[in-house]
Amino acid sequence: MTVAAPTPTGTSALAGERLATRWHVALAAVVSFIRRQPVGSIGMFLVLIFGLAGLFAGVISPYNPTANDFGAMIQAPSWAHWLGTDQLGRDVLSRILYGARTAYIVGITSATVGGFSGLVLGVGSAYFGGRIDLFLQRINDIVMSFPLIIMALAVVSIFGTGVHNVIAAITIPLIPRCQRVVRSSALAIREVPYVDAARALGFSHARIILRHMVPNVVAPFLIMLTSFVGQAILAEAALSYLGLGVQEPTPAWGLMLQGGAEEYATTAPWIAIFPGLAIMLTVFGINLFGDSLRDVLDPKLRER
Amino acid sequence: MHRYIINRILLVIPTLLGAAALVFALMRLIPGDICLVRLGSGGTSFTEQALQTCHAEIGIDKPWIVQFIQFIWGLVRFDFGISMWSGKPVVDEIASRFPVSLEVAVMATIIAVVLAIPLGTISALKQNSWIDLVVRTFSIAGIATPSFWLGIMSILLVLDVTQAISGHPWMPPIDYVSFWKDPIRNLSIVMLPALTVGYRYCAVSMRMTRSAMLEVLREDYIRTARAKGLVEKIIINRHALKNAMLPVVTVIGLEFAFLIGGLVVTEQVFNLNGIGRLMVLSVQNQDYTLTQALVMLVVAIAVLTNLLVDLLYAGLDPRIRLN
Amino acid sequence: MTRLMALLGGCIAALVALPALADETPKHGGTLTYMIPADAPPTFDGHRETTYATIHTAAPYYSVLIRVNPDNPSSTTDFTCDLCTEMPKPTDGGKTYTFNIRTGVKFHNGDPLTAADVAASWNEIIFPPKGVLSPRSSNFVMVDKVEAPDPTTVVFHLKFATSAFLPALADPFGWIYEKKILDDPSKGPHWYEKNIMGSGPFKFAGYELGQEIKGDRNPDYYHKGLPYLDHIIGIFAPKQATRVEAIRSNRAAIEFRGFPPASRDDLKKQLGDKITVQESDWNCGSVVTLNEKKKPFDDPRVRRALSLAINRWGGAPALSKIADVRTVGSIIFPASPLAPSKAQLETIAGFWPDINKSRAEAKRLLKEAGAENLTFTLLNRAVDQPYKYVGIWLIDEWSKIGVHVTQEMLPTGPWFEAQRTGNFTVDLQANCHSVVNPLIDVQPYLPSSVSKQNYGNYEDPEEMVLYNKALHETDPQKQHEDMFQFAKYVMDTKAHKIMVLWWYRIVPYRSYVKGWKVSPSHYVNQDLSNIWLDQ
Repeated sequence: MTVAAPTPTGTSALAGERLATRWHVALAAVVSFIRRQPVGSIGMFLVLIFGLAGLFAGVISPYNPTANDFGAMIQAPSWAHWLGTDQLGRDVLSRILYGARTAYIVGITSATVGGFSGLVLGVGSAYFGGRIDLFLQRINDIVMSFPLIIMALAVVSIFGTGVHNVIAAITIPLIPRCQRVVRSSALAIREVPYVDAARALGFSHARIILRHMVPNVVAPFLIMLTSFVGQAILAEAALSYLGLGVQEPTPAWGLMLQGGAEEYATTAPWIAIFPGLAIMLTVFGINLFGDSLRDVLDPKLRER
Repeated sequence: MHRYIINRILLVIPTLLGAAALVFALMRLIPGDICLVRLGSGGTSFTEQALQTCHAEIGIDKPWIVQFIQFIWGLVRFDFGISMWSGKPVVDEIASRFPVSLEVAVMATIIAVVLAIPLGTISALKQNSWIDLVVRTFSIAGIATPSFWLGIMSILLVLDVTQAISGHPWMPPIDYVSFWKDPIRNLSIVMLPALTVGYRYCAVSMRMTRSAMLEVLREDYIRTARAKGLVEKIIINRHALKNAMLPVVTVIGLEFAFLIGGLVVTEQVFNLNGIGRLMVLSVQNQDYTLTQALVMLVVAIAVLTNLLVDLLYAGLDPRIRLN
Repeated sequence: MTRLMALLGGCIAALVALPALADETPKHGGTLTYMIPADAPPTFDGHRETTYATIHTAAPYYSVLIRVNPDNPSSTTDFTCDLCTEMPKPTDGGKTYTFNIRTGVKFHNGDPLTAADVAASWNEIIFPPKGVLSPRSSNFVMVDKVEAPDPTTVVFHLKFATSAFLPALADPFGWIYEKKILDDPSKGPHWYEKNIMGSGPFKFAGYELGQEIKGDRNPDYYHKGLPYLDHIIGIFAPKQATRVEAIRSNRAAIEFRGFPPASRDDLKKQLGDKITVQESDWNCGSVVTLNEKKKPFDDPRVRRALSLAINRWGGAPALSKIADVRTVGSIIFPASPLAPSKAQLETIAGFWPDINKSRAEAKRLLKEAGAENLTFTLLNRAVDQPYKYVGIWLIDEWSKIGVHVTQEMLPTGPWFEAQRTGNFTVDLQANCHSVVNPLIDVQPYLPSSVSKQNYGNYEDPEEMVLYNKALHETDPQKQHEDMFQFAKYVMDTKAHKIMVLWWYRIVPYRSYVKGWKVSPSHYVNQDLSNIWLDQ
């Protein structure tokens, strides 16, 4: 990796140079990641493909995903419709592309909100200990063992349907899972004597937490985040299948598998196959990437 | 140590109480009620008077606090009440559907454990070989695949394969018979769902086994054992596997509790008359008593499993035991 | 007068049909296995439940007073006796119906059935005592008193003469219970919730919770020679794919509610002649209700515009391929004699033959009412057939006049609650009934103070005037005209309700099942007494 040529004068030029350097560093990191983690790179590649598909769905999708076409109902894959059409004549490919958008929005939002809430709760629980910890742990146990379907139905029935409410329903079970992992990592730091010393010296809670505890949990936290995105996408699919997720006519992979797909499974299997495949490939990619991220960040598992 | 155990067991109580309060509140916050569902779901009209009579009959017109006290009092005496939908005791409703779910769960666990531990171990031993790659791909695919989609696809596959081979498409029988009455019929009903659920279970366990084994194999005492010239097989079985088992057992135990949640969707796909499907129905019907009992059952299973795992950990991990 | 003609016509039709029937002599014996599209009925009590699950489960074990003719169940006027000896002519200006009850009928526990049992059962239905659920009591607004002066006579005294009485009396839920049990303080009406004991063609033989219900032939059945079957087994299966599969693999012979078009096509393709399909218009319709407490839906021009935008004639054929809908009609069941003719229908807004003209008019109305670029949320029930499909289709249709609609699908309980509390703007619902009885079937469209089932939140005295005129009219020609005026008023002039499409019932079944005829209601003709197996 080479640095830019000898410096010209002026601060802006220096700043520009730093930016170029930073880009070079980033690029180099990516290249080295691909070289060292070929499997993870495949995962990253899959994630990017679907992400870009969702992002540019408006541009690349051949049809409007919600446009009914009663003249073209239940058609097998053909040149006009590469992945066929569903019962209402809607193009399956377009719905899959727009569905990627829904999947990523739901997945990333749920994972981020759930993850960060879990981070805060986990670190707080580990740091303050005592009754706060006991109380938070009980809440954790309750939420973790509570069936998702009931919470989802309650959210949908009380607050109505819509992407926001689905995200809320999916985020809730993620929080305790994250909290648990973060807490056990944070606990390890808690026991270290210098935390007590820092308190004795009068350092604020916030400073200790942010300076000492959080950095230690960042690695497992990031790994959890990536797996959460995958779990959220799967949860949305399951909820939509039960009729409690995103609603028609929003294109969403889980929704495409609900109702009609099973009815037509024997006569028009493409309606059911492609959305499921999309889910599987995306979550597969996320998990591959997450695994290799762990290999990179977690020194213990590195090969000797 | 004893204090730890007692403390741990006592902590189960607030968890159960909290879950009871949560399910009670959530169900009643959902708009509508069972009488509306019962009288109106056919689209036919009904009189106001019928609605009021239904409300009074079932008792949902009483104040919440009264209903809650009745509920908790019932739980304490293990009296789970009457299902609001059918009027039959909740215990009967659940008991008649429990065997199917239990059988699927147990079979899925067997499949998972039988496949996961050997494959995970081999994968760890031969890290980064092609075997490792295949196993890892297989396990990640297991986690990534939506179980209900896998179920639908597998039904389709079996239908097409049997049609191609014999000309007659085959689908599992509808009515459930217990294993002891007719093992072949029973297995033909339960096999596909167990495989579908077990795949994910197996995948998670396999990954845990692999990573636990990898960690253990790095330990110094393994290096020493190898340097000493011990047979590889003995090293694996007597030293590595035993120490790796602790986190693996933990994961298997925890995942079993999550399995119950996964059953909800699987039973829909395969039309099994189990408690997962019962839960979906009772929630849709807004049958408070039945839903409450089911949730308490599921939560109790999860909590107890966690408790057992924690106690097992405490018992086996010398660091905790001797602390 | 026309009733006599209908009866005559029925006789002629029966005579004409006889030769066809004579070709196939029913065979006795065999077991009919049928699918019930539900998890389990809430209770076995037909007086208190409204779900078809209760009918499919327990109707074969009970008798009724009168019923739709099982050999002609698609007729809307052909009623025959089950427990009575002959259909009576009303006396006293049409206000009194005297039924002669058969002798020698026995309940399955051996007790004799008399007029007292019939009167007691009907009194429980029409005038439910406190604490007894009777959801259909409002169908019998015209009944004043029911009595049994002697063991073989039951008399119904009406408040006013109306042609709506007999169809109401043929209610498939009108099971005859034993008075002794109803009066017994230790048993009472609630006994029938968990117990089945009737006088019907089959005797209750066993029930496995959530699995199946079994019945055996009643050797003492009063219709001699019936039932043909020896046993019946009803298997519960809430999942449609399972029911289709059961018929495909011959684990069951028939399912009595109906399948979507795709399943019918699938079965026909796979099994050809081994499958017979019977189809019928269904006495259920998809209707849009507008909450007239919310602007701008208090303006009939806006409501009419929404109806005009829908291309019923053009869209129905396509929709009928994927959903259980088909026939375009008014709020009156299309095959009923009271339904408007096609020419009459085409004068009602939303049913004009030229959709472009309709939509242009719709846009003009919206502009006039100041509601251009209207946006709202359609409340819908989270059920596939046909709610979801009709909802999506409607949204598409409304977009063609520039109205932007999003859909909110709620599960059944919350959906009901939202309607009842007025917590919606526009709502897609279904109006279902069993026996075709248009005068009673349109009750949900009457103003809110009259009909609690009307969630539109409006008052309209003129509508009541039109309705009462039709209800009390005894001349069928005049009644037909009155009903048309009522329909036009409700759908066009005030556009209180937007009638979308009538549902369509498709029943594919194994060809060896004979004797069963499809009808406009899956509640009707379910006692299975005239079914036989050609095996």
